[in-house]
Amino acid sequence: MELILIFLSAALVNNFVLAYFLGICPFIGVSNKLSSAFPMGLATTFVMVLTAIVTWLIYHLILVPYHVEYLEYVSFILVVAALVQFVEMVIKKVSQPLYRALGIFLPLITTNCAILGLALFIVLKDYSFVESLFFGVGAGTGFTLAISIMAGIREELDLADIPKSFRGAPITLIVAGLLALAFMGFAGMITV
Amino acid sequence: MKKQVSLSKEYAKGLWDQNPVFKQVLGMCPTLAVTVSAMNGIAMALATTFVLVFSSFIISLIRKLIPSQVRIASYIVIIATFVTIVDLVMRAQFPDLSKALGPYIPLIVVNCVILGRQEAFAAKNNPLRSVLDALGMGTGFMLALASLGGIREIIGSRTLLGMQVLPDAFEPWLVMILPAGAFLTLGLMMGFLNSLVERRKRRDEAAVLAQHMRTPAAAMLEGQEG
Repeated sequence: MELILIFLSAALVNNFVLAYFLGICPFIGVSNKLSSAFPMGLATTFVMVLTAIVTWLIYHLILVPYHVEYLEYVSFILVVAALVQFVEMVIKKVSQPLYRALGIFLPLITTNCAILGLALFIVLKDYSFVESLFFGVGAGTGFTLAISIMAGIREELDLADIPKSFRGAPITLIVAGLLALAFMGFAGMITV
Repeated sequence: MKKQVSLSKEYAKGLWDQNPVFKQVLGMCPTLAVTVSAMNGIAMALATTFVLVFSSFIISLIRKLIPSQVRIASYIVIIATFVTIVDLVMRAQFPDLSKALGPYIPLIVVNCVILGRQEAFAAKNNPLRSVLDALGMGTGFMLALASLGGIREIIGSRTLLGMQVLPDAFEPWLVMILPAGAFLTLGLMMGFLNSLVERRKRRDEAAVLAQHMRTPAAAMLEGQEG
């Protein structure tokens, strides 16, 4: 039950994008089309789950026993960078069109704050290994959900008559604001 | 060799022409997350500027020593080191502020503004120019965060920098200090600034056009009269 709560809380109530503002760059940058937004969400989810596992192990098996917790940020970011490199190689091998569609935003998963944020929250909230795993999956699901909804809305927005100065980033932010308002509806559901 | 821009321009371009938030749309996460009040925004921008300036300096010093295949990883390690310094200093000196900003201080590591400047500027320019560029970007970032934080603080909690500026009769808009308010405010601000820029551009264009058009048009008018 506890684990399901962690999952739901990370995916809906404390959605990484809409409540913690983590991962805004890809959220705005890759949400043009549903066909690239959804795979981007999946790739990010995959990296998130791996990150949750690896950083938990590193923090509790290396940093804490040797009392070098201050190396936290440096070691976490290196883990993330290595994982992203790995995912990039896999995608390049498996699907060339997808690789081209994601373009520059694939290596930029490294600097996606959602990934490092996840690692930091796991340490901050003192989650156990299994809890971290559920937290990672939940956060990834939340990210995929948010970016897919956003892409769906933006595909429709292309047809709308928007004032010239609001096209692009401004209207995207305003839509994101409305989405965040909608997600606030989940707030009463669980209190974590 | 392309013409070098003057040093003052190197600094000033970050303020508006290439403002990291309004023009380049970089560094959105801290921009949106911590700007509940003007003070938080300023503190965040100061911390970011510190990291940006020092990592730009170090990276432009050793830019010729880093093999290009591992440059991103090296940049990130250098940035992470400075972020660790900032985090430890803030925890020791300003515990309240450090608590308010929470995980967003360590998240400076992945602020795209910083990595973006290293890749786009510090890796290609000498230390002096890189530091000026970093200072300019930092100031631009601060302008954006302070104004966004200020607006949200005034409407959301009636205060500015902790002092009450709106009367009690004004019912604070709770939504402004919630996440949704951040997105809405920034979106509206960007749209508004864009429309200002566009209006000025249109006026300039109209003026130029009028100047060019006058001669033939005037001649034609005179011809008609004659």
